Amino acid sequence: MVIGKVGFGSATSLGRACGTLGGAVTVEVRLPNILRPMAAGEPIVNAEGDSLREVFDDLVRQYPALRSSLLTPDGEMHRHLNVFVNDDDVRYLGKLDAKVGDADTVTLMPAVAGG
Amino acid sequence: MAHYDSVLDTIGNTPLVEISELSPNPRVRVLIKLEGVNPGGSVKDRAAKCMIEEAEKNGSLGPGQRILESSSGNTAAGLAMIARVKGYPFTVVVPENVSVERTKLLLAFGAEIISSPAAEGSNGAMRRAQALAKEHPDWFFSYQYGNPANPKAHYEGTGPEIWRDCPEVTHFVTGLGTAGTIIGVGRFLKERNPSVSIWAVQPPVGETVEGLKSLDEGFIPPVFTDNDGYELVDRSRVVGPRESIEWSRRLTEVGIFAGISTGAAMAGVAKCAKEIDEGTIVTVSPDGGWKYLSTDVWTGDIDAVVERARHELYF
Repeated sequence: MVIGKVGFGSATSLGRACGTLGGAVTVEVRLPNILRPMAAGEPIVNAEGDSLREVFDDLVRQYPALRSSLLTPDGEMHRHLNVFVNDDDVRYLGKLDAKVGDADTVTLMPAVAGG
Repeated sequence: MAHYDSVLDTIGNTPLVEISELSPNPRVRVLIKLEGVNPGGSVKDRAAKCMIEEAEKNGSLGPGQRILESSSGNTAAGLAMIARVKGYPFTVVVPENVSVERTKLLLAFGAEIISSPAAEGSNGAMRRAQALAKEHPDWFFSYQYGNPANPKAHYEGTGPEIWRDCPEVTHFVTGLGTAGTIIGVGRFLKERNPSVSIWAVQPPVGETVEGLKSLDEGFIPPVFTDNDGYELVDRSRVVGPRESIEWSRRLTEVGIFAGISTGAAMAGVAKCAKEIDEGTIVTVSPDGGWKYLSTDVWTGDIDAVVERARHELYF
């Protein structure tokens, strides 16, 4: 397996600085290299929502090219996308129904082999 | 100490050691299974032995036949050692950015090494091995990511050993690579006690070494999906390189010199211990630290070691 530059738990994001806007929660979303071209090259973007589904909807609204990387045509999570709220894999927290809070970081990572 | 007829008979039956003094929660015990004492140096000796013996039994591997695998090191070492003992030639595809000790160990056991590009990671090594397997249908491709003998080794070995030595286990926390350990041990423990919680620990995918052009090139081991891994596993946490390295260093306080994947597993154990009120956590130390000495994980400036971890395969 590979370990890399992902730094969990840092609290220096614009998302945190913005806080809540009109009641909606703003979270910081960290994108892997392969998804950045679909988000104007940004490594970190902000999105709003109380659940991962709402966060993804907001991401797609801002960056429509991301849709096919985040969701299947049926609206489920992409099979090869690992999503963590802070450091917790959402596949075991209700997937798209996973709740997000105002100080949370959502990290997207591709599923790759190890061993 | 018993007398063994072959070094291969010394694979498994590894020690389970209590290290509760490192637990961040005084009501949570922590025990660690030291797989580095296996003769090939890692937990992967178990899967390697089982894959070879199953293939011998079902006729897909016979005398003199070449074995093929892709591996970032430990499975390769186990297979190389066993292949040497049993007289099979062995070819392994290894990403070129693994630590120098690992390639030298493979050469010591007489393996033929084919390097795959660092930028393609373990996925690239696996794709190259799959292509070689097609070119050479007469070779035995052990394919650790999809071989049922991989989780079987843990269902029949590691799992029963943990249950024998620590039936009070409430949480099993282990790293996720091929998923052989978590599937085999997890299933065995859940069958004995359905309330045992199974936690996966994932190291993050390196930004410079993720080796994908699109998400569709991603990979989930069939060992995981074919065995209902999503249903078996209760929680999965990702851990960072810095905390993995810090835990590798902390383990020396209790006399354990283990590889960085052990540090990652311990970082996951710490998260689990902080979250639960009480319990007994069992985790696995996949290997010792010897193969990583050149990386200065224990002795270098931690910022420099973390930075280097972006470019070198540590797991």
